Amino acid sequence: MQALKVVRPTTIAEAIEQLNEGGDGARPLAGGTDVIVIARARVRDIDVLVDVKQIPELTAIEWDPDSGLTIGAATPCYELYGNADVVQNYPAIIDSATLIGGTGIQGRASFGGNLCNSSPSGDTIPTQIVLEGVANIAGPNGERSVPVEDFCTGPGRNVLGQGEFVVSISFPAPDASGGARFLRFIPRNEMDIAVCNAASAVKLDGDTVRWARVSIGAVAPTPLLVQGAADALVGKPLTDETIEAAAEASKDAATPIDDMRGSIKQRKHLSAVLTRRTLQQAARRARGEDIPSVGGH
Amino acid sequence: MTDRMIVSATINGEPLEFLADQRDSLLEALRERIGLTGTKEGCNDGNCGACSVLMDGRLVNSCLVMAAEVEGADVTTVEGLATEDGLIPLQQAFLEEAALQCGICTPGFLVASKALLDANPNPTEYEARYWLAGNLCRCTGYDKIIRAVLKAAEA
Repeated sequence: MQALKVVRPTTIAEAIEQLNEGGDGARPLAGGTDVIVIARARVRDIDVLVDVKQIPELTAIEWDPDSGLTIGAATPCYELYGNADVVQNYPAIIDSATLIGGTGIQGRASFGGNLCNSSPSGDTIPTQIVLEGVANIAGPNGERSVPVEDFCTGPGRNVLGQGEFVVSISFPAPDASGGARFLRFIPRNEMDIAVCNAASAVKLDGDTVRWARVSIGAVAPTPLLVQGAADALVGKPLTDETIEAAAEASKDAATPIDDMRGSIKQRKHLSAVLTRRTLQQAARRARGEDIPSVGGH
Repeated sequence: MTDRMIVSATINGEPLEFLADQRDSLLEALRERIGLTGTKEGCNDGNCGACSVLMDGRLVNSCLVMAAEVEGADVTTVEGLATEDGLIPLQQAFLEEAALQCGICTPGFLVASKALLDANPNPTEYEARYWLAGNLCRCTGYDKIIRAVLKAAEA
């Protein structure tokens, strides 16, 4: 019988020590929706789960209109769409939080866990990237912060070193002229892994795009920040033509694989389609229109 | 040899201490350590919702919770839904609408539906279907289940 221990630190320092001691066999446990399956099925050789949810910083939601939002890395999706400040100021976060798994999964699954799982198709990661998320990391050598677009380094791989874990993710305050949207394509209505996903964020001066970020997922070894899409938009009016240029930039940036979920051709096509749709809907949100996420939350 | 531990939690309103293995999930602890077999094992990896329970009032898949994590928590299983007065309206509606065929998904659907009605006493059909998307019925008796949930909401 496999030995699998659960430890429950109450401070960041204690968690660092336990993760460091455990080496490769120790993993942080947030919502557990991925790591519990992986550990118990012995997909990876994990013998210590460090449950980080007793550490207050890991489940806190802090909002300030000037400095922005910080969410504890282990905060479940359920807490995010139950938080009026997040709902009002970061609707794209709600887009992702309400799309991941079913209600029971959302009761546990977290943005920090999704980021650290570092799947190319992680449904919170493009959203975190376009909202300029920064992962606040603690470890044996102190604290450091990494922009989310630089966090993942390959499928299931990221910048975390031994003993390090993500404490929280910070997002700057939203701009009154800004809006963001996340969308995912799957072959059914709900409950599937993305064939392609995308998020866009824009800030507008009238009809002119002052600032933009576009991110696409499940079309490369890591979720991508598409600089070419932003370049196609910034300083220009938001028209069908400029949106199309951004969509083409996403298509060019995508380097997908063929697998059971979709073909290279389909994924490249979807990169453009979802870039176009998220940009259109981000712009509508920027102009004050209420575009609901999905479902009954 | 695995490590044993004592877990203290509130299960269906009663304080309880139980002995479990460190590697046990909450689902295994409920069924094999505590003897509450109403909660079912389907996929054991978070896809099917058969093992749905409420943990501190929140719907979770008990196969994806480690038993060690419920220390100090309040857990409600299907056995905890009925009251001294008998079945709650949701359970009664499942009976009246014949919202079960083989029955193995039923405890999970009941617990998930209870969580839905606690959060949203008057869901639309769309909201009910969306909320219950994480619960699978292999007999595909979804229409009857949804009818029962909406009937209970009216009650």
